[in-house]
Amino acid sequence: MAEERRQKHCSVVLPTESMKAMAESVGVGQLQEDSCVALSEEVSYRIKEIAQDALKFMHHGKRRKLTTSDIDNALKLKNVEPLYGFQSQEFIPFRFASGGGRELHFYEEKEADLSDIINTPLPRVPLDVSLKAHWLSIEGMQPAIPENPPPATKEQQKAESTEPLKVVKPGQEEEGTIQGKSQGTTTPDGKGKEKGLIRLKPRSTHELSVEQQLYYKEITEACVGSCEAKRAEALQSIATDPGLYQMLPRFSTFISEGVRVNVVQNNLALLIYLMRMVKALMDNPTLYLEKYLHELIPAVVTCIVSKQLCLRPDVDNHWALRDFAARLMAQSCKTFSTTTNNIQSRITKTFTKSWLDDKTQWTTRYGCIAGLAELGSDVIKTLIIPRLAVEGARIKAVMEGPVVSNIDKIGAEHVQSLLLKHCASVIAKLRPQPDNVDQYRTDYGYLGPMLCSHVMKARTQAALQAQQVNRTTLTITQPRPTLSVSQSGLSGSSGPRTPSIIKVPSSLTLMSPRPGTPSQPSPPATKYIVMATSAGAASTQQVITLSSSQSASPVTSTVPSATSTLQPLVKLESGSGAGLTASRPLQKYIVVSLPSSASSSLETKSSVLPTSISSSSLDGGMKLERSESPGASTQSPH
Amino acid sequence: MIALTGKNQSYVLVLYGLCFPLIHVAHAQFILKMAAVQGGMGDADIKTDIKTEPSADGFGNNNANDGRVLSASPGSSSSTGSNKQTAAVTPEDQQTLLAVLQFLKKNKLSESVEILRREPGSDTNSDQPDVSVVLSAYSQQGDPTLYKVYYRDLKKFIETVLDCHRAELSQVFYPLFVHMYLELVYNNHESEAKAFFEKFSGDQECYYEEDLRILSGLTKKEHMRGNETLLDFRTSKFVLRISRDSYQLLKRHLQERQNNQIWNIIQEHLYIDIFDGMPRSKSQIDAMSGSLAGEAKREANKTKVYYGLLKEPEIELPLDDEDEEAENEEGKPKKKKPKKDSVGSKSKKQDPNAPSQNRIPLPELKDSDKLDKIMYMKEATKRIRLGPDNLPSVCFYTFLNAYQGLTAVDLTDDSSLIAGGFADSTVRVWSVTPKKLRKVKSAADLNLIDKESDDVLERIMDEKTASESKIMYGHSGPVYGISFSPDRNYLLSSSEDGTVRLWSLLTFTCLVAYKGHNYPVWDTQFSPYGYYFVSGGHDRVARLWATDHYQPLRIFSGHLADITCTRFHPNSNYVATGSSDRTIRLWDVLSGNCVRIFTGHKGPIHSLAFSPNGKFLASGATDGRVLLWDIGHGLMVGELKGHTDTIYSLRFSRDGEILASGSMDNTVRLWDAMKAFDDLETDDFTAATGHIHLQDNSQELLLGTYTTKSTPVIHLHFTRRNLLLAAGVSQL
Repeated sequence: MAEERRQKHCSVVLPTESMKAMAESVGVGQLQEDSCVALSEEVSYRIKEIAQDALKFMHHGKRRKLTTSDIDNALKLKNVEPLYGFQSQEFIPFRFASGGGRELHFYEEKEADLSDIINTPLPRVPLDVSLKAHWLSIEGMQPAIPENPPPATKEQQKAESTEPLKVVKPGQEEEGTIQGKSQGTTTPDGKGKEKGLIRLKPRSTHELSVEQQLYYKEITEACVGSCEAKRAEALQSIATDPGLYQMLPRFSTFISEGVRVNVVQNNLALLIYLMRMVKALMDNPTLYLEKYLHELIPAVVTCIVSKQLCLRPDVDNHWALRDFAARLMAQSCKTFSTTTNNIQSRITKTFTKSWLDDKTQWTTRYGCIAGLAELGSDVIKTLIIPRLAVEGARIKAVMEGPVVSNIDKIGAEHVQSLLLKHCASVIAKLRPQPDNVDQYRTDYGYLGPMLCSHVMKARTQAALQAQQVNRTTLTITQPRPTLSVSQSGLSGSSGPRTPSIIKVPSSLTLMSPRPGTPSQPSPPATKYIVMATSAGAASTQQVITLSSSQSASPVTSTVPSATSTLQPLVKLESGSGAGLTASRPLQKYIVVSLPSSASSSLETKSSVLPTSISSSSLDGGMKLERSESPGASTQSPH
Repeated sequence: MIALTGKNQSYVLVLYGLCFPLIHVAHAQFILKMAAVQGGMGDADIKTDIKTEPSADGFGNNNANDGRVLSASPGSSSSTGSNKQTAAVTPEDQQTLLAVLQFLKKNKLSESVEILRREPGSDTNSDQPDVSVVLSAYSQQGDPTLYKVYYRDLKKFIETVLDCHRAELSQVFYPLFVHMYLELVYNNHESEAKAFFEKFSGDQECYYEEDLRILSGLTKKEHMRGNETLLDFRTSKFVLRISRDSYQLLKRHLQERQNNQIWNIIQEHLYIDIFDGMPRSKSQIDAMSGSLAGEAKREANKTKVYYGLLKEPEIELPLDDEDEEAENEEGKPKKKKPKKDSVGSKSKKQDPNAPSQNRIPLPELKDSDKLDKIMYMKEATKRIRLGPDNLPSVCFYTFLNAYQGLTAVDLTDDSSLIAGGFADSTVRVWSVTPKKLRKVKSAADLNLIDKESDDVLERIMDEKTASESKIMYGHSGPVYGISFSPDRNYLLSSSEDGTVRLWSLLTFTCLVAYKGHNYPVWDTQFSPYGYYFVSGGHDRVARLWATDHYQPLRIFSGHLADITCTRFHPNSNYVATGSSDRTIRLWDVLSGNCVRIFTGHKGPIHSLAFSPNGKFLASGATDGRVLLWDIGHGLMVGELKGHTDTIYSLRFSRDGEILASGSMDNTVRLWDAMKAFDDLETDDFTAATGHIHLQDNSQELLLGTYTTKSTPVIHLHFTRRNLLLAAGVSQL
């Protein structure tokens, strides 16, 4: 420790080369070495002095970040003319250059063309300072409103689930006492226990307030109800609400019980809804699901590998559900797998085991492969590719052999396409360039030729993408198959219909032109419009997924988006609109509300950056809307 | 008085010798201040006098060679013999005396000069012509290479003494280290100084980190000129509190080893406050140390402080049944009963600790003030009784779109207006009630108004100007301090531009710019009775002003670094200032004297709050701790740990039961103030010896933690009904 400190104190002095460089810059060449040393010591000392004074200004400015104006003020304090021209609020983008054996940091100033400045329309007037009041606490209890942070932060939840016997933090203790109070139990009792030598984990009671109970009821009903618009709204609420921590155990039980019942009843639609709930819970940035994985993972795995998920396996698209659940599984493996719980390896083992079993049905087989494939290219490489030949033979037996049953055939087809889809890109990376059909056939058996063509396709696509290196972010905007809404028809008894995959580029979310303030209503408005039509709901869902999962976006990144190429926005809209008559107004509204971005939507250069902003603002907007009921009710006791 | 009776008692006399001139100095400083305040001389004169001290000092460095020969030689040649030491002890006191003498001479106050000369000890150097010569600095002639040996020697010794003394003696390390380092630097032994620093800087207590960082940058004699930290070290003695036994041990050791170098430094630059009794423990020492100049001397906190509240003026309440409510309003539940008897007895009952009503002249109550008082009493009856089981609700005002520019916030006592000071030099006022802000009509329009009408106050307002907020322009730098007058007619703001401005909230214009601080003014506050206000800033002095004087009435000087926050005592007779030198000082408004010095913080103090009964003071600093002080006894009585960043705001609830603290770590915390203060009042040992035993009960006292999303809390305010209002600017 002492050594550390000593290191901190050792006086750092600017190198003499800097002195020379500076002297040269003001026209003094040939500076003596001695004078350089003297100068650098003096300059270093003065700089430190100024920095110390500047810190003072930072403290009094109640900031954590030192700004250029602090330095200016410190200079003024010393009666030195401040440095003019550094007005950057955030940071000064110093750039580094080296050459001729010298290294230099400099502040790049671009030449600005006056005519450009004149011709560009004026930026929006910044909003004036305003005041906003909210309840931070009501009689000692912090209301769960969007203005307040979630009752238990994600880190705290994580710590709680991974190290349950850790010293209780004051915040948690606080929570405990409040809960005790709200139930009328004796507070000092609980406190005394916590202070005891043996630290027992405080037993937390999950008493839900009336508002929360109402919310829970509404949400669960909406999630499995028939109204798609409501469902979308509910799912979005689950994905964004910061105050769900208390309700998490109930949601988790709801999902696990729901899956158990509906698998038996082969109710595909409900299973899909439940999986979407899981997805929404996972997407919620304030929730840490580790504690509830024991309920959620079996439910998800069931949806991946169950023999039968729907009433008519020959027509219903249960494959999409398996795909979706497999992605969920992969995501939770990525997020929650640790050396202690070994989720990923356990899951992998489960999948492999049932895949290797000869008696496994095609549906389960499909699920196992999908589950494994979603875990990433390493898993594909080590587990799937070596078995391609065996699997190919099996498929061949079904496809070309005597017709056993239609269901088996469909299953085999799906397994085949799944294998091709996932393996192609991996093989493309593994194998050297010339793709020889024969070679493939010897290596992979029955699937060889098809693989070969897929690999070639993958290669050309990769090459295409490589050309657009500067637009790599565009991959995000590529549409991704989501669970389609039309499943709702399946729950009824509508005719067979292949699930339509609605493709909406996620750039939809990027369109909010200036998402500066939470009070700005435009982003949520867009969203609501989307939700207003039943057909648009799936797209909303996707929008949410993409936007909010950007913090931990394993899904987005892992999904190979080979299903379709990028299409211009307008075309996409009209395309989907043509298929679904109900979405007419949707299309219209989007065009109207976002003219500026629509015109420039095709050049979403900085799609990553706006995503982060817009998602947060969207969250804000959503929360504002939704919190009305609990917020109002919490205020009433006061 | 320097005569010796016996060798073994010599140090006692040395101490007397130490103390005596100090008293003179206090006198002299007082004279200086009084002269400044009452002599009718221009503020500028005083200022230049005060300001020239450092510059003269720098000048003194130039002549240091002469100075060394002239004045400081006794110091360097002084052996362990005590009679010589006394002469060497007081170079700075002599400086001050000389400065005062010169000042008096210059202003032809010959009588005072004579009186001062007659004081023992002051006439010795009075015939020296130049003040700057006296301002000598480190002038040792020791071998620079031996410094390390000396220091290591002492370190070894202290490490081997009995455990009970070790903690106390370890206090010596830091000041010795600094002085030895500075001596080396001053005498141009750069490499030795660096080696010395590297070798021993790691041993110092971690709370001196910041000072060490400043020191480490300082490697040349030229750097010493104009360096504030260094000046502080040289001009003020580092105060250590050591038990008699420990001190004797140290002294014996140094004498045995003939370690004059260290002994000289101890004699010249340290003030050792010796007490009888048990040596203090490490934790006790750590609790009190950390300030730039060591602990406070015990006698510095001996002055009587009238911390009681002033008698409230009697106001006839419009309704009889509201009479009882009037009693509540003083916020002292204990005194509720005797007051209930009759209004007459209430007026006779005088708090023995309260200053007399006219100790300082206070403004007369106006009719509007009386109305406001009645409003206050009415509100007070609806006040919620707070306690651990009944926590206040917190309403948070978030400033949106301020782009991190909000630097100061204040709320009026009745919580109707909120004002913000911004980094862009503006001051903005919002109305947080539905009542909008209106300006007074123009002079021409005012002429047309019927002045006799009952609602004349309403008629003078211009409806057309009604708006929810008003911006006031005038400052030319970030606004760091802001304060409403109690009658809500004025607003004060202090700024980086060195001025304090008084704004009218009737016309929303600037009325006066008080110029005096030539450097940034970090904080300002109105007296609870209005009229007076205090300001403090980078120039290390706090100034007391009256709104109708453009010059300060008092200058409170003594802090060794920037004054970061200023607070008026509820009875308006005292002012507390917190500083970057990590001390809090309490000043008597009447005399301008410093009556309390509180040390214990380990970082610059950024918030202060008096308890409503005037007995206690809470302070918060960058170290994230809140310390509680008993003003009457001059003692630290509590430490509240929990915050992880600078505490920018502290406030007691209206009845003093809850202390709320707001911090940069985005939390508002509530503490059980009653419990914190109740526990200690029984412990009379504490009061007698000046030692403190702090139990670590922060967790028990913490009643609640409320985290904002990402909004540092920079202001807190309890409404009259005990609702807690907090304000901050979102950092999202």
